[in-house]
Amino acid sequence: MKKTIRKIFDKKHISRTISYLVVIAGFVIIQLLMNTIGIKSLFRSLLVPTCCYIVVALALNLVVGVSGELSLGHSGFMAVGAFTGIIISGLLEPYLAINWLRLLIAMFVGGIMAGIVGLFISVPVLKLQGDYLAIVTLAFCQIIKSLLNNVYLGVDINGLHFSFVENRISLAQGGRMLLSGPMGAIAITRLATFTAGFLLILFTLLIIYNLTYSRFGRSIMAARDNRIAAESVGIHIRNTKMLAFVISAILAGMAGALFGLNYSTLQPAKFDFNLSILILVYVVLGGLGNMTGTIISTMILYALPELLRGLQDYRMLIYSIILILIMLVTNNQTLKEKTENLITKIKSRFLKKGSVAHD
Amino acid sequence: MAFLSYLINGMGLGSVYAIIALGYTMVYGIAKMLNFAHGDVIMIGAYTAFYCLTVFKFSTFTSILIAVLLCTVLGILIERFAYKPLRKASSLSVLITAIGVSYFLQNLAQILFGTNPKVFPELMRNSTFSLFDGQLTLSYKTLLTIIVCILIMILLTIFVNKTKTGKAMRACSQDKEAAQLMGINVDNTISITFALGSGLAAIAAVLLCMTYSTFTPTLGSMPGIKAFTAAVFGGIGSIPGAFVGGLLLGIIETLTKAYLSTQLSDAIVFMVLIIVLLIRPTGLLGKKVHEKV
Repeated sequence: MKKTIRKIFDKKHISRTISYLVVIAGFVIIQLLMNTIGIKSLFRSLLVPTCCYIVVALALNLVVGVSGELSLGHSGFMAVGAFTGIIISGLLEPYLAINWLRLLIAMFVGGIMAGIVGLFISVPVLKLQGDYLAIVTLAFCQIIKSLLNNVYLGVDINGLHFSFVENRISLAQGGRMLLSGPMGAIAITRLATFTAGFLLILFTLLIIYNLTYSRFGRSIMAARDNRIAAESVGIHIRNTKMLAFVISAILAGMAGALFGLNYSTLQPAKFDFNLSILILVYVVLGGLGNMTGTIISTMILYALPELLRGLQDYRMLIYSIILILIMLVTNNQTLKEKTENLITKIKSRFLKKGSVAHD
Repeated sequence: MAFLSYLINGMGLGSVYAIIALGYTMVYGIAKMLNFAHGDVIMIGAYTAFYCLTVFKFSTFTSILIAVLLCTVLGILIERFAYKPLRKASSLSVLITAIGVSYFLQNLAQILFGTNPKVFPELMRNSTFSLFDGQLTLSYKTLLTIIVCILIMILLTIFVNKTKTGKAMRACSQDKEAAQLMGINVDNTISITFALGSGLAAIAAVLLCMTYSTFTPTLGSMPGIKAFTAAVFGGIGSIPGAFVGGLLLGIIETLTKAYLSTQLSDAIVFMVLIIVLLIRPTGLLGKKVHEKV
């Protein structure tokens, strides 16, 4: 018992505890607000997408922060998860009336599909490095979007009907289209709930922290920090990187399924390159490898354009200026030194002279 | 004959990609950064040329010159205020800043010029000419685009290989510290590279608008991604690589649209890119860098 408690609060695991606390506190506060004074419907509509973006950002942080490879293709995994989830939930609808179970199955299958695509992609992708890897993941994201734009899928009493590029499906009476090319999915039964989003974040944190604190996590960080040294102590770099990539894809696919089942219509065009970039911005501003930072930065940055809505046309302009300024300020050398000096001064005042930790 | 006509049209499109790709590749070669705002400089160039031609009624040549000058200044300003303070920062921070600049330019254009598509005036009557007894019809526009691209390539190659500034650029791209020790002003050289790339973007903008005739504030994003792909395709950092990559990408895109499928052309173009990178991980003409232990 004592050991478990120590494990929660010791120096190594404190960041994990903080992450969980931030998420749980956020959930409790929002639930309390919803049940007491109530919150605006605009704000309520943002809850599930925020959860999805947090999960994708955490998943991307596993690739960019922990494993050190730049991926611009996570919106592609989201798209795979979303449309798989929509199809599964649409197919199961007549047979399974329990909503949460259907959502769970849809998310599970969506995650598995995205994982398979991720595995397929990771084989060629991880042969490359740096900016070439970024462009190839970007290319894959475009390919997935482009393919999804051409898929037509319908269901009726005779079973599934599939058609590619052109819509040649004629359905029997009572049948309906699940996917119709560039129009995407129409009339989706909205299954996603805020609680599901919250649970998915907790699940994601559980997976990522258990991975990073394990033997796998240490070897992947070693591979990130010094490839050659890691290889020479016997770490199989490609396999470790591939595992991180596929797990990240699975998590992004699950978030995508939740995201897709939150809307009544969804077009493949929504999952474009800009979405990948948006999520990358959350990850970088939250801090590479820092999960709590990612959660907080996603919440703030996703809400920011909505908070600026009153400024109408100028909101995205202001958003972009804030983005540039944050990057300039956080990378300013003189400013960094000054804040560091300030922190040591404050520390020394609290801890009295002579006992400042030198680290 | 149809094939030949598709091929030449593809070369026309590819020439525009090649000119844009030059901007990406030169900046990457010297500053080692992906300048995502490059596509939006193209858009600014298009609007400048448009307003010069329609509102101020300048001649075609003056309008293009003003667009080139404005984009050059814009390139220098972006470099000075957004990228220069980040010279020593991580490449991801620079990438995010470039994305921020891209958002900024796009949204500024939306506020200044509106989101409605504008129709670019005809710079040359859409005259065509026939070869081989009318079996092959080509437009002067396509031919002009190809000629401009080849001209730019020749001038740029001479500039980079023969002039002092060009030599400084090559030195900086090889080793910045050593270049500085040799008395080269690295900061200025990087600024010149940005200026050159942005000026070329303005020319690409005019050529792009001549082909598509309507444009919006998001004009630059898709050609930007395509040209970036072309730069990687040919080997990023290499000037002949950008030319070859751009031309090939344009030809592949036009041929797939003609013979395979219009809707799937993007997917096929990107698939070809992936296959090329698998066979040659540093692009067609890219140099292989050996890892030192």
